[in-house]
Amino acid sequence: MSAFVGKYAEELIKNAKYIATPGKGILAADESTGTIGKRLSSINVENIESNRQALRELLFTSPNALPYLSGVILFEETLYQKSSDGKPFVEILQENNVIPGIKVDKGTVELAGTNGETTTQGFDSLGARCAQYYKAGARFAKWRAVLKIGLTEPSELSIQQNAQGLARYAIICQENGLVPIVEPEILTDGDHDIKKCAAATEKVLAAVYKALNEQHVLLEGTLLKPNMVTPGSDSPKVTPEVIAEYTVTALRRTVPAAVPGIVFLSGGQSEEEATLNLDAMNRLDVLKPWTLSFSFGRALQASTLKTWGGKKENVAKAQETFLTRCKANSDATLGKYSGGSASGLASESLFVKGYKY
Amino acid sequence: MSCFKGKYHDELVANATYIGTPGKGILAADESTGTIGKRLSSINVENTENNRRALRELLFCAPGALQYLSGVILFEETLYQKTAGGKPFVDILKDGGVLPGIKVDKGTVELVGTNGETTTQGLDGLAQRCQQYYEAGARFAKWRAVLKIGPNEPTQLAINENANGLARYAVICQENGLVPIVEPEILVDGSHDIERCADVTERVLAACYKALNDHHVLLEGTLLKPNMVTPGSDAKKVSPEVVAYHTLRALQRTMPPAVPAVVFLSGGQSEEEATLNLNAMNKLNTKKPWSLSFSFGRALQQSTLKAWAGKDENVEKARAAFLARCKANSEATLGTYKGDAALGDGASESLHVKDYKY
Repeated sequence: MSAFVGKYAEELIKNAKYIATPGKGILAADESTGTIGKRLSSINVENIESNRQALRELLFTSPNALPYLSGVILFEETLYQKSSDGKPFVEILQENNVIPGIKVDKGTVELAGTNGETTTQGFDSLGARCAQYYKAGARFAKWRAVLKIGLTEPSELSIQQNAQGLARYAIICQENGLVPIVEPEILTDGDHDIKKCAAATEKVLAAVYKALNEQHVLLEGTLLKPNMVTPGSDSPKVTPEVIAEYTVTALRRTVPAAVPGIVFLSGGQSEEEATLNLDAMNRLDVLKPWTLSFSFGRALQASTLKTWGGKKENVAKAQETFLTRCKANSDATLGKYSGGSASGLASESLFVKGYKY
Repeated sequence: MSCFKGKYHDELVANATYIGTPGKGILAADESTGTIGKRLSSINVENTENNRRALRELLFCAPGALQYLSGVILFEETLYQKTAGGKPFVDILKDGGVLPGIKVDKGTVELVGTNGETTTQGLDGLAQRCQQYYEAGARFAKWRAVLKIGPNEPTQLAINENANGLARYAVICQENGLVPIVEPEILVDGSHDIERCADVTERVLAACYKALNDHHVLLEGTLLKPNMVTPGSDAKKVSPEVVAYHTLRALQRTMPPAVPAVVFLSGGQSEEEATLNLNAMNKLNTKKPWSLSFSFGRALQQSTLKAWAGKDENVEKARAAFLARCKANSEATLGTYKGDAALGDGASESLHVKDYKY
């Protein structure tokens, strides 16, 4: 058959569509224990379970923030954590119409014979794990494939491996009731111009959708999490309007209309940059048959983290900062962001060379 | 680079967009000499150059018809023909706001080791031929790839060969100023149900768009000419709404929004069937980032041919029949067709010929 229509088909379509609701987006709070450790240490906070729990509680209980979110991606540990008064995080989210999601990949490994290119692991028992996560309340999943731009990169091998990997992950998720977010991230590292990024993005996305078709993935029950099309990190910057044009053109050339929504990753962009770029895309007067929204990690949390500094007395202020970013990005999904919610923190670049989760 | 950006970039995009103008569509009048011979003999008309010319003059000079057309696909001979009064057909079309197109493939050949599957030839010297056609006034081209549904068909070989051929043809056209119409026709022959047709159509279209991407084709300067998604010719018929639903779903799953328009082939459908199906698609309330129109050959000419029967005294009657079908299909592209076109003799007649060869 063309697309696999299993017992979860209707639910998948409904959930994917809900996540793509205009005015809402995703908080990517799925940093692994190692990665969140780096974040915590940057604000001099110890990487222990209670601190990790405290941070996520700060985010998930931010007054008035949840209406701007349709989903939150969690790391496995967080899926089973509770608030300080004993309420499971999953329930807090569900009660506020925020769909819990779960990171299911197990990081990247290098492809021998390439120049540092990688593929993503996590297939072993993936079906069984997805079924467990579904039982725990998750309704969507995320799997990050990573590609890079260089003289001979992305190589054909890297494109094929990562596209096939994403497609296998996607169909296994759908068999088990989870909407797969398909994330083929092309890193910004490099001194290439925006045209080179556009070419690579179009090539990669075409390969991804061919692979999804081959594996019988139900596109109506998926979401795409791509990089925006930008110049390389070592190249001169361009305006949000230019980024919007190249990005939307690339998507129009490769993403079938059946996909309900596209939720961009922020890469190393500052909070404000990411919001302005998303806003410019939604203002662009061209036909877009999918909604354009956000799935931001650093670009939603950076200034919140700094404001918190690990101290209880800063929680309320940190939550306000978080709310500001949520609302700004919500406005951006509607092309209505009027800028100016950029404190100095929000404009700080979050780029880290060769970024590893 | 992602897609090829040559000197004709803006023109290709403008022409492709124009062909997709709502309310307009394409007349496929590119029957080869052999094929048009079959049509003429069915109305007892001799297959001479003058008769072929007379038929096309009947069509292109039908008063009021050209407004419903954005393009006409021509066979090479016709590209250089004139009216009885000496005006080149190409000029008639241009004056009427209709883009001349040209069939550039050279028919199909069998793929050895398969069960009658084919690939399409015509790549040799294609660039030079396209240049010549551009000079003669053509602004778009057409290349027909053919696939079939069977127990083991279409095979991966047939899909890959035909997708690759279409992509090579497409980029060569664009290098030479012609908008390529990409036509991966999956024949309706067979007893399969509509779901099977949908499955095959989705796989074939996905392969086509992967190939177009691999070959750096500028999607904004192309058109797609697919089959509608229907049950096989030997299977139970379904309503236009069901055809519309499955067809739109297949396109949504495979066709990037950058393609400006879909111009359906009619296959063996009767004139009225084809119009009703197209109308149902345009009425369907679902995501359609491309316009949905027609590129009909038989489904625009059948009753016209019968009315003409090769006789001068019937030209006016035949033109009226032609105008009626053009108008009906124009309305279908807007979803406003009420099924009230005066049905000429043969308008409801199935035009299916088993294992149809051009």
